[in-house]
Amino acid sequence: MHIHVDMNRCESHGQCVFAAPDHFSFDEDDTLVVHQGVPDGPEGEAVRAALREAAAACPVQAITLQDTHHGAGAGA
Amino acid sequence: MSARHIVVVGASLAGSRTARALRDQGFDGRLTLVGDEPHAPYDRPPLSKQLLADAWEFDDIALPSTDDLDADLRTGVPAAALRLADRELVLADGDRVGWDGLVIATGAAARPWPATVPDGVHTLRTLDDARALRRDLTAAGARLLVVGAGFLGSEVAATAVALGVPTTLVEAEELPMARAIGAVAGDFVARLHQEAGVDLRTGTTVRSFTGADRVTGADLGDGTHVPATVVLLALGAVPHTAWLRGSGLRVDGAVVCDEYGRVLAEDGTVVPDVVAVGDVSRRPHPLADGPADGTLHLGHWSAAVEHSALAARVLLHPAGDGDLPEPPVTVPSFWSDLHGVRIRSLGLPHLADEARTVEHDLPGRRLEISYHRDGEPIGALTVDRARRLAAYRPLLVEAARRRRAAPTTVGSVPTTV
Repeated sequence: MHIHVDMNRCESHGQCVFAAPDHFSFDEDDTLVVHQGVPDGPEGEAVRAALREAAAACPVQAITLQDTHHGAGAGA
Repeated sequence: MSARHIVVVGASLAGSRTARALRDQGFDGRLTLVGDEPHAPYDRPPLSKQLLADAWEFDDIALPSTDDLDADLRTGVPAAALRLADRELVLADGDRVGWDGLVIATGAAARPWPATVPDGVHTLRTLDDARALRRDLTAAGARLLVVGAGFLGSEVAATAVALGVPTTLVEAEELPMARAIGAVAGDFVARLHQEAGVDLRTGTTVRSFTGADRVTGADLGDGTHVPATVVLLALGAVPHTAWLRGSGLRVDGAVVCDEYGRVLAEDGTVVPDVVAVGDVSRRPHPLADGPADGTLHLGHWSAAVEHSALAARVLLHPAGDGDLPEPPVTVPSFWSDLHGVRIRSLGLPHLADEARTVEHDLPGRRLEISYHRDGEPIGALTVDRARRLAAYRPLLVEAARRRRAAPTTVGSVPTTV
Protein backbone atom coordinates (compact mmCIF):
# COMPACT_ATOMS: atom_id res chain seq x y z
CA MET A 1 0.00 0.00 0.00
CA HIS A 2 1.31 3.42 -0.99
CA ILE A 3 0.41 6.50 1.08
CA HIS A 4 -0.07 9.72 -0.85
CA VAL A 5 -0.57 13.08 0.87
CA ASP A 6 -1.54 16.19 -1.05
CA MET A 7 0.73 18.66 0.73
CA ASN A 8 -1.10 21.59 -0.87
CA ARG A 9 -4.14 20.59 1.16
CA CYS A 10 -2.42 19.48 4.39
CA GLU A 11 -3.02 21.92 7.27
CA SER A 12 -1.14 19.94 9.94
CA HIS A 13 -4.30 18.95 11.82
CA GLY A 14 -2.50 15.84 13.03
CA GLN A 15 -5.47 13.48 12.86
CA CYS A 16 -3.37 11.04 10.78
CA VAL A 17 -0.55 11.23 13.33
CA PHE A 18 -3.06 10.31 16.05
CA ALA A 19 -4.53 7.41 14.07
CA ALA A 20 -1.34 5.92 12.59
CA PRO A 21 1.73 7.31 14.39
CA ASP A 22 4.07 4.77 12.78
CA HIS A 23 3.35 6.19 9.33
CA PHE A 24 2.78 9.90 9.93
CA SER A 25 4.76 12.38 12.01
CA PHE A 26 5.66 16.07 12.08
CA ASP A 27 9.15 17.45 11.58
CA GLU A 28 10.55 20.39 13.59
CA ASP A 29 8.62 22.84 11.40
CA ASP A 30 5.30 21.01 11.85
CA THR A 31 5.45 19.76 8.26
CA LEU A 32 3.91 16.33 7.86
CA VAL A 33 6.33 13.48 7.16
CA VAL A 34 5.03 10.25 5.64
CA HIS A 35 6.69 6.94 6.43
CA GLN A 36 5.95 4.36 3.73
CA GLY A 37 6.73 0.68 4.11
CA VAL A 38 3.26 -0.69 4.79
CA PRO A 39 3.53 -4.50 4.93
CA ASP A 40 1.54 -6.34 2.27
CA GLY A 41 -0.36 -9.50 3.05
CA PRO A 42 -2.39 -10.51 6.08
CA GLU A 43 0.24 -9.35 8.61
CA GLY A 44 -0.26 -5.75 7.42
CA GLU A 45 -4.05 -5.70 7.81
CA ALA A 46 -4.05 -3.92 11.20
CA VAL A 47 -1.69 -1.30 9.79
CA ARG A 48 -3.84 -0.82 6.70
CA ALA A 49 -6.93 -0.45 8.90
CA ALA A 50 -5.17 2.28 10.91
CA LEU A 51 -4.20 4.01 7.67
CA ARG A 52 -7.77 3.89 6.38
CA GLU A 53 -8.84 5.42 9.69
CA ALA A 54 -6.18 8.11 9.26
CA ALA A 55 -7.38 8.92 5.75
CA ALA A 56 -11.00 9.10 6.92
CA ALA A 57 -10.08 11.35 9.84
CA CYS A 58 -8.25 13.93 7.73
CA PRO A 59 -10.32 17.14 7.90
CA VAL A 60 -9.09 18.28 4.48
CA GLN A 61 -9.16 14.88 2.72
CA ALA A 62 -5.48 15.13 1.82
CA ILE A 63 -4.68 11.41 2.17
CA THR A 64 -5.18 8.78 -0.52
CA LEU A 65 -4.16 5.15 -0.20
CA GLN A 66 -3.21 3.01 -3.17
CA ASP A 67 -3.04 -0.75 -3.00
CA THR A 68 0.26 -1.90 -4.46
CA HIS A 69 0.05 -5.61 -3.74
CA HIS A 70 -2.32 -7.35 -6.11
CA GLY A 71 -5.28 -8.74 -4.24
CA ALA A 72 -3.94 -8.27 -0.73
CA GLY A 73 -6.23 -6.39 1.58
CA ALA A 74 -9.02 -6.14 -0.94
CA GLY A 75 -12.39 -6.37 0.72
CA ALA A 76 -10.83 -7.08 4.10
CA MET B 1 -28.61 -7.09 11.68
CA SER B 2 -31.65 -8.36 9.89
CA ALA B 3 -32.60 -4.81 8.94
CA ARG B 4 -33.23 -4.47 5.25
CA HIS B 5 -33.87 -0.74 5.18
CA ILE B 6 -31.69 1.71 7.07
CA VAL B 7 -32.70 5.37 6.97
CA VAL B 8 -30.14 8.07 7.73
CA VAL B 9 -31.79 11.36 8.72
CA GLY B 10 -29.34 14.16 7.99
CA ALA B 11 -27.02 14.28 4.98
CA SER B 12 -24.12 16.34 6.27
CA LEU B 13 -20.78 15.06 7.62
CA ALA B 14 -22.10 12.64 10.27
CA GLY B 15 -24.95 11.31 8.14
CA SER B 16 -22.99 10.79 4.94
CA ARG B 17 -20.07 9.26 6.83
CA THR B 18 -22.40 6.83 8.61
CA ALA B 19 -24.01 5.87 5.30
CA ARG B 20 -20.55 5.11 3.90
CA ALA B 21 -19.52 3.22 7.04
CA LEU B 22 -22.62 1.03 6.75
CA ARG B 23 -21.65 0.02 3.20
CA ASP B 24 -17.96 -0.34 4.12
CA GLN B 25 -19.00 -2.70 6.92
CA GLY B 26 -20.97 -4.89 4.55
CA PHE B 27 -24.56 -3.65 4.76
CA ASP B 28 -26.16 -4.64 1.45
CA GLY B 29 -29.77 -3.74 2.20
CA ARG B 30 -31.74 -0.67 1.20
CA LEU B 31 -30.21 2.64 2.30
CA THR B 32 -31.98 6.02 2.31
CA LEU B 33 -30.26 9.32 3.09
CA VAL B 34 -32.56 12.26 3.89
CA GLY B 35 -31.27 15.85 4.07
CA ASP B 36 -33.09 19.13 4.69
CA GLU B 37 -30.74 21.23 2.55
CA PRO B 38 -31.04 21.31 -1.25
CA HIS B 39 -27.31 20.63 -1.73
CA ALA B 40 -25.31 17.42 -1.92
CA PRO B 41 -23.34 16.75 1.31
CA TYR B 42 -20.66 19.37 2.01
CA ASP B 43 -18.16 20.28 4.69
CA ARG B 44 -18.96 23.19 7.03
CA PRO B 45 -15.64 24.36 8.54
CA PRO B 46 -14.58 26.32 5.38
CA LEU B 47 -17.84 28.31 5.41
CA SER B 48 -16.39 30.85 7.88
CA LYS B 49 -13.00 30.91 6.18
CA GLN B 50 -12.14 30.08 2.55
CA LEU B 51 -15.72 30.17 1.27
CA LEU B 52 -16.50 33.47 2.95
CA ALA B 53 -13.25 34.91 1.61
CA ASP B 54 -14.47 34.07 -1.91
CA ALA B 55 -11.47 31.79 -2.46
CA TRP B 56 -13.49 28.56 -2.59
CA GLU B 57 -16.81 27.48 -4.07
CA PHE B 58 -19.06 24.49 -3.63
CA ASP B 59 -16.75 22.03 -5.43
CA ASP B 60 -14.01 22.79 -2.90
CA ILE B 61 -16.17 21.90 0.09
CA ALA B 62 -18.20 19.01 -1.35
CA LEU B 63 -17.91 15.87 0.77
CA PRO B 64 -17.14 12.61 -1.06
CA SER B 65 -20.09 11.84 -3.34
CA THR B 66 -22.65 9.36 -2.07
CA ASP B 67 -23.33 8.20 -5.65
CA ASP B 68 -21.34 4.99 -5.18
CA LEU B 69 -23.30 4.01 -2.06
CA ASP B 70 -26.37 2.79 -3.92
CA ALA B 71 -28.41 4.98 -1.58
CA ASP B 72 -31.63 6.86 -2.20
CA LEU B 73 -30.54 10.47 -1.53
CA ARG B 74 -33.48 12.77 -0.78
CA THR B 75 -32.34 16.37 -0.40
CA GLY B 76 -34.40 19.43 0.51
CA VAL B 77 -36.78 17.43 2.73
CA PRO B 78 -36.67 18.03 6.50
CA ALA B 79 -37.79 15.34 8.90
CA ALA B 80 -41.05 16.19 10.68
CA ALA B 81 -41.65 13.41 13.19
CA LEU B 82 -40.47 10.02 14.41
CA ARG B 83 -43.02 7.30 15.14
CA LEU B 84 -40.99 4.80 17.07
CA ALA B 85 -43.69 2.19 17.66
CA ASP B 86 -44.50 2.01 13.92
CA ARG B 87 -40.81 2.32 12.92
CA GLU B 88 -41.78 5.18 10.69
CA LEU B 89 -40.17 8.50 9.81
CA VAL B 90 -42.53 11.30 8.80
CA LEU B 91 -41.11 13.87 6.39
CA ALA B 92 -42.13 17.52 6.08
CA ASP B 93 -43.72 16.82 2.69
CA GLY B 94 -46.04 14.31 4.39
CA ASP B 95 -44.25 11.24 3.10
CA ARG B 96 -43.86 8.36 5.56
CA VAL B 97 -40.74 6.22 5.37
CA GLY B 98 -40.59 2.87 7.14
CA TRP B 99 -37.27 1.73 8.56
CA ASP B 100 -35.65 -1.28 10.20
CA GLY B 101 -32.65 0.76 11.38
CA LEU B 102 -32.46 4.52 11.91
CA VAL B 103 -29.55 6.94 12.11
CA ILE B 104 -30.35 10.35 13.62
CA ALA B 105 -27.88 12.85 12.16
CA THR B 106 -29.86 16.09 11.90
CA GLY B 107 -27.05 18.27 13.24
CA ALA B 108 -27.62 21.70 14.73
CA ALA B 109 -28.87 25.14 13.74
CA ALA B 110 -27.47 28.56 14.52
CA ARG B 111 -28.94 30.01 17.70
CA PRO B 112 -31.29 32.80 16.59
CA TRP B 113 -31.75 36.30 18.06
CA PRO B 114 -34.70 36.24 20.48
CA ALA B 115 -36.53 39.07 18.66
CA THR B 116 -37.26 40.16 15.08
CA VAL B 117 -34.17 41.57 13.38
CA PRO B 118 -33.81 43.94 10.40
CA ASP B 119 -32.36 42.79 7.06
CA GLY B 120 -28.61 42.43 7.06
CA VAL B 121 -28.52 40.44 10.32
CA HIS B 122 -27.21 36.95 9.52
CA THR B 123 -26.47 33.61 11.09
CA LEU B 124 -23.96 31.18 9.59
CA ARG B 125 -24.49 27.45 9.48
CA THR B 126 -25.23 26.53 5.87
CA LEU B 127 -23.78 27.16 2.43
CA ASP B 128 -26.70 29.45 1.62
CA ASP B 129 -26.03 31.39 4.84
CA ALA B 130 -22.36 31.81 3.84
CA ARG B 131 -23.26 33.04 0.36
CA ALA B 132 -25.72 35.59 1.75
CA LEU B 133 -23.20 36.85 4.30
CA ARG B 134 -20.53 37.05 1.57
CA ARG B 135 -22.80 39.19 -0.61
CA ASP B 136 -23.26 41.73 2.18
CA LEU B 137 -19.58 41.66 3.16
CA THR B 138 -18.36 42.35 -0.35
CA ALA B 139 -20.76 45.27 -0.94
CA ALA B 140 -19.16 48.72 -1.18
CA GLY B 141 -18.76 50.43 2.20
CA ALA B 142 -19.44 47.26 4.21
CA ARG B 143 -18.94 47.44 7.99
CA LEU B 144 -19.33 44.21 9.97
CA LEU B 145 -20.52 43.65 13.52
CA VAL B 146 -20.02 40.12 14.89
CA VAL B 147 -22.00 39.21 18.00
CA GLY B 148 -20.20 36.48 19.95
CA ALA B 149 -16.44 35.81 19.92
CA GLY B 150 -16.49 32.02 20.04
CA PHE B 151 -14.82 29.98 17.31
CA LEU B 152 -17.26 30.90 14.54
CA GLY B 153 -17.50 34.58 15.43
CA SER B 154 -13.74 34.90 15.79
CA GLU B 155 -13.08 33.19 12.46
CA VAL B 156 -15.56 35.37 10.60
CA ALA B 157 -14.12 38.52 12.18
CA ALA B 158 -10.64 37.40 11.08
CA THR B 159 -11.81 36.62 7.54
CA ALA B 160 -13.57 39.99 7.29
CA VAL B 161 -10.63 42.16 8.40
CA ALA B 162 -8.42 40.25 5.96
CA LEU B 163 -10.91 41.31 3.25
CA GLY B 164 -10.47 44.92 4.39
CA VAL B 165 -13.91 45.17 6.01
CA PRO B 166 -13.96 47.28 9.21
CA THR B 167 -15.05 44.80 11.89
CA THR B 168 -16.33 45.08 15.45
CA LEU B 169 -16.50 41.92 17.57
CA VAL B 170 -18.71 42.00 20.67
CA GLU B 171 -18.37 39.37 23.40
CA ALA B 172 -20.30 39.14 26.66
CA GLU B 173 -17.42 37.43 28.50
CA GLU B 174 -14.20 39.26 29.35
CA LEU B 175 -12.18 37.27 26.78
CA PRO B 176 -12.95 35.45 23.51
CA MET B 177 -13.42 31.66 23.76
CA ALA B 178 -12.51 31.76 27.45
CA ARG B 179 -15.09 29.21 28.53
CA ALA B 180 -13.86 26.77 25.89
CA ILE B 181 -10.09 27.18 26.17
CA GLY B 182 -9.41 29.26 29.31
CA ALA B 183 -8.09 32.74 30.08
CA VAL B 184 -4.52 32.43 28.77
CA ALA B 185 -5.54 31.10 25.36
CA GLY B 186 -8.51 33.51 25.27
CA ASP B 187 -6.20 36.43 25.93
CA PHE B 188 -3.88 35.19 23.16
CA VAL B 189 -6.81 35.20 20.72
CA ALA B 190 -7.89 38.67 21.92
CA ARG B 191 -4.43 40.04 21.13
CA LEU B 192 -4.44 38.41 17.69
CA HIS B 193 -7.75 40.15 16.99
CA GLN B 194 -6.47 43.51 18.19
CA GLU B 195 -3.20 43.30 16.25
CA ALA B 196 -5.14 42.48 13.08
CA GLY B 197 -7.35 45.54 13.55
CA VAL B 198 -10.54 43.93 14.86
CA ASP B 199 -12.38 46.33 17.19
CA LEU B 200 -12.90 43.88 20.07
CA ARG B 201 -15.47 44.89 22.72
CA THR B 202 -15.61 42.42 25.59
CA GLY B 203 -17.73 42.36 28.72
CA THR B 204 -20.68 43.88 26.92
CA THR B 205 -23.62 42.70 24.86
CA VAL B 206 -25.86 43.93 22.08
CA ARG B 207 -29.00 45.43 23.58
CA SER B 208 -30.80 46.02 20.28
CA PHE B 209 -30.24 46.53 16.59
CA THR B 210 -30.87 49.87 14.87
CA GLY B 211 -32.38 50.40 11.42
CA ALA B 212 -35.95 49.95 10.29
CA ASP B 213 -35.77 47.81 7.15
CA ARG B 214 -32.03 47.43 6.87
CA VAL B 215 -29.64 47.21 9.82
CA THR B 216 -27.59 50.36 10.55
CA GLY B 217 -25.83 49.15 13.69
CA ALA B 218 -26.43 48.13 17.26
CA ASP B 219 -26.77 49.69 20.70
CA LEU B 220 -24.53 47.97 23.23
CA GLY B 221 -25.07 47.42 26.93
CA ASP B 222 -22.21 49.81 27.72
CA GLY B 223 -24.18 52.67 26.16
CA THR B 224 -22.17 52.91 22.93
CA HIS B 225 -23.50 52.54 19.40
CA VAL B 226 -21.68 50.47 16.77
CA PRO B 227 -22.46 51.35 13.14
CA ALA B 228 -22.71 48.35 10.79
CA THR B 229 -24.09 47.49 7.37
CA VAL B 230 -23.99 43.76 8.11
CA VAL B 231 -24.25 41.75 11.34
CA LEU B 232 -23.35 38.15 12.10
CA LEU B 233 -24.98 36.48 15.09
CA ALA B 234 -22.50 33.87 16.36
CA LEU B 235 -24.32 32.78 19.51
CA GLY B 236 -23.71 29.06 19.33
CA ALA B 237 -25.59 26.11 17.89
CA VAL B 238 -28.85 24.45 18.86
CA PRO B 239 -29.23 20.72 18.02
CA HIS B 240 -32.02 19.98 15.54
CA THR B 241 -34.33 17.99 17.81
CA ALA B 242 -37.72 19.70 17.36
CA TRP B 243 -38.85 16.90 15.02
CA LEU B 244 -38.31 14.37 17.84
CA ARG B 245 -40.79 16.02 20.22
CA GLY B 246 -43.23 13.41 21.43
CA SER B 247 -41.17 10.56 19.96
CA GLY B 248 -40.35 9.05 23.36
CA LEU B 249 -36.61 9.59 22.95
CA ARG B 250 -34.66 11.27 25.74
CA VAL B 251 -33.67 14.74 24.54
CA ASP B 252 -31.63 16.99 26.80
CA GLY B 253 -30.64 19.81 24.49
CA ALA B 254 -29.34 17.03 22.24
CA VAL B 255 -30.37 13.40 21.70
CA VAL B 256 -29.04 11.41 24.65
CA CYS B 257 -27.01 8.32 23.73
CA ASP B 258 -24.92 5.70 25.44
CA GLU B 259 -21.19 5.52 24.71
CA TYR B 260 -21.88 3.51 21.53
CA GLY B 261 -24.27 6.09 20.12
CA ARG B 262 -27.39 4.02 20.78
CA VAL B 263 -30.22 6.41 21.65
CA LEU B 264 -32.02 6.21 24.98
CA ALA B 265 -35.74 6.30 25.63
CA GLU B 266 -37.20 8.70 28.18
CA ASP B 267 -36.95 5.93 30.80
CA GLY B 268 -33.23 5.54 30.11
CA THR B 269 -33.39 2.19 28.33
CA VAL B 270 -31.64 1.63 25.01
CA VAL B 271 -33.93 1.96 21.98
CA PRO B 272 -33.21 -0.94 19.64
CA ASP B 273 -31.92 -0.22 16.13
CA VAL B 274 -31.71 3.57 16.52
CA VAL B 275 -28.42 5.48 16.78
CA ALA B 276 -27.53 9.18 16.80
CA VAL B 277 -24.31 10.72 15.50
CA GLY B 278 -22.62 14.10 15.28
CA ASP B 279 -23.84 17.48 16.51
CA VAL B 280 -27.38 16.32 17.31
CA SER B 281 -26.14 13.82 19.91
CA ARG B 282 -24.72 13.84 23.39
CA ARG B 283 -23.01 10.87 25.03
CA PRO B 284 -20.70 9.90 27.88
CA HIS B 285 -16.95 10.30 27.44
CA PRO B 286 -14.40 8.60 29.69
CA LEU B 287 -12.42 11.84 30.05
CA ALA B 288 -15.54 13.59 31.32
CA ASP B 289 -16.88 11.69 34.27
CA GLY B 290 -17.66 15.01 35.94
CA PRO B 291 -20.76 16.48 34.26
CA ALA B 292 -23.85 15.88 36.34
CA ASP B 293 -25.83 14.04 33.67
CA GLY B 294 -22.81 12.04 32.55
CA THR B 295 -23.05 13.03 28.90
CA LEU B 296 -21.33 15.64 26.74
CA HIS B 297 -22.39 17.56 23.68
CA LEU B 298 -19.27 18.47 21.72
CA GLY B 299 -20.18 19.49 18.18
CA HIS B 300 -16.67 18.81 16.85
CA TRP B 301 -15.94 17.79 13.27
CA SER B 302 -13.81 14.85 14.39
CA ALA B 303 -16.50 13.63 16.80
CA ALA B 304 -18.92 13.25 13.89
CA VAL B 305 -16.35 11.15 12.05
CA GLU B 306 -15.67 8.92 15.06
CA HIS B 307 -19.37 8.48 15.85
CA SER B 308 -20.17 7.30 12.34
CA ALA B 309 -17.98 4.19 12.26
CA LEU B 310 -19.11 3.09 15.74
CA ALA B 311 -22.78 3.77 14.98
CA ALA B 312 -22.63 1.66 11.85
CA ARG B 313 -21.08 -1.19 13.81
CA VAL B 314 -23.68 -1.29 16.57
CA LEU B 315 -26.49 -0.95 14.03
CA LEU B 316 -25.21 -3.91 12.02
CA HIS B 317 -24.23 -6.02 15.04
CA PRO B 318 -26.74 -5.34 17.82
CA ALA B 319 -26.07 -7.23 21.03
CA GLY B 320 -26.82 -7.10 24.71
CA ASP B 321 -24.58 -4.97 26.88
CA GLY B 322 -22.51 -7.97 27.87
CA ASP B 323 -21.64 -8.84 24.29
CA LEU B 324 -20.53 -5.46 22.98
CA PRO B 325 -16.80 -4.81 23.10
CA GLU B 326 -15.69 -1.90 25.27
CA PRO B 327 -16.10 1.27 23.18
CA PRO B 328 -12.80 2.56 21.79
CA VAL B 329 -11.17 5.40 23.74
CA THR B 330 -11.26 8.47 21.55
CA VAL B 331 -9.75 11.85 22.33
CA PRO B 332 -11.88 14.81 21.27
CA SER B 333 -10.12 17.33 19.05
CA PHE B 334 -11.02 20.65 17.51
CA TRP B 335 -9.33 23.44 15.64
CA SER B 336 -9.68 27.02 14.56
CA ASP B 337 -7.79 28.97 11.90
CA LEU B 338 -7.67 32.73 12.29
CA HIS B 339 -5.31 35.60 11.50
CA GLY B 340 -2.92 33.16 9.86
CA VAL B 341 -2.41 30.93 12.91
CA ARG B 342 -3.56 27.39 13.54
CA ILE B 343 -5.15 26.74 16.90
CA ARG B 344 -5.29 23.01 17.57
CA SER B 345 -6.74 21.38 20.65
CA LEU B 346 -7.15 17.92 22.16
CA GLY B 347 -9.28 16.62 24.98
CA LEU B 348 -11.77 18.65 27.00
CA PRO B 349 -10.09 21.95 27.99
CA HIS B 350 -13.46 23.39 29.05
CA LEU B 351 -13.62 20.91 31.95
CA ALA B 352 -10.13 21.71 33.28
CA ASP B 353 -9.59 23.03 36.80
CA GLU B 354 -6.00 23.99 35.96
CA ALA B 355 -4.21 25.28 32.83
CA ARG B 356 -0.42 25.16 32.68
CA THR B 357 1.26 27.43 30.14
CA VAL B 358 4.25 25.61 28.65
CA GLU B 359 5.10 28.19 25.98
CA HIS B 360 3.68 31.66 25.32
CA ASP B 361 5.22 33.64 22.47
CA LEU B 362 2.78 36.15 20.99
CA PRO B 363 5.22 37.78 18.51
CA GLY B 364 6.33 34.31 17.36
CA ARG B 365 2.71 33.12 17.16
CA ARG B 366 3.40 30.13 19.38
CA LEU B 367 1.40 28.83 22.33
CA GLU B 368 1.31 25.56 24.26
CA ILE B 369 -1.02 24.91 27.18
CA SER B 370 -1.73 21.67 29.02
CA TYR B 371 -5.06 21.32 30.84
CA HIS B 372 -5.66 19.25 33.95
CA ARG B 373 -8.50 18.16 36.19
CA ASP B 374 -7.95 16.65 39.62
CA GLY B 375 -4.24 16.67 38.70
CA GLU B 376 -4.84 14.39 35.69
CA PRO B 377 -4.33 15.49 32.06
CA ILE B 378 -7.63 16.41 30.38
CA GLY B 379 -6.56 18.46 27.37
CA ALA B 380 -3.95 20.42 25.46
CA LEU B 381 -3.89 23.35 23.08
CA THR B 382 -1.21 24.67 20.78
CA VAL B 383 -0.80 27.48 18.30
CA ASP B 384 1.41 26.38 15.42
CA ARG B 385 2.94 23.56 17.47
CA ALA B 386 1.32 20.50 15.89
CA ARG B 387 4.26 18.25 16.68
CA ARG B 388 4.04 19.04 20.38
CA LEU B 389 0.27 18.64 20.41
CA ALA B 390 0.56 15.12 18.99
CA ALA B 391 2.69 14.12 21.97
CA TYR B 392 -0.24 14.80 24.33
CA ARG B 393 -2.54 12.31 22.70
CA PRO B 394 -1.15 9.11 24.26
CA LEU B 395 -1.22 10.82 27.66
CA LEU B 396 -4.89 11.67 27.20
CA VAL B 397 -5.74 8.15 26.05
CA GLU B 398 -4.12 6.81 29.22
CA ALA B 399 -5.92 9.36 31.39
CA ALA B 400 -9.24 8.38 29.80
CA ARG B 401 -8.52 4.70 30.46
CA ARG B 402 -7.72 5.42 34.11
CA ARG B 403 -10.90 7.45 34.53
CA ARG B 404 -12.99 4.78 32.88
CA ALA B 405 -11.53 2.18 35.23
CA ALA B 406 -12.06 4.35 38.32
CA PRO B 407 -14.60 7.08 37.62
CA THR B 408 -14.92 10.00 40.01
CA THR B 409 -17.73 12.49 40.21
CA VAL B 410 -17.78 16.20 40.78
CA GLY B 411 -17.36 17.05 44.44
CA SER B 412 -16.07 13.62 45.43
CA VAL B 413 -12.54 12.90 46.59
CA PRO B 414 -10.43 12.19 43.47
CA THR B 415 -9.72 8.51 43.12
CA THR B 416 -6.11 7.53 43.55
CA VAL B 417 -4.81 5.72 40.49
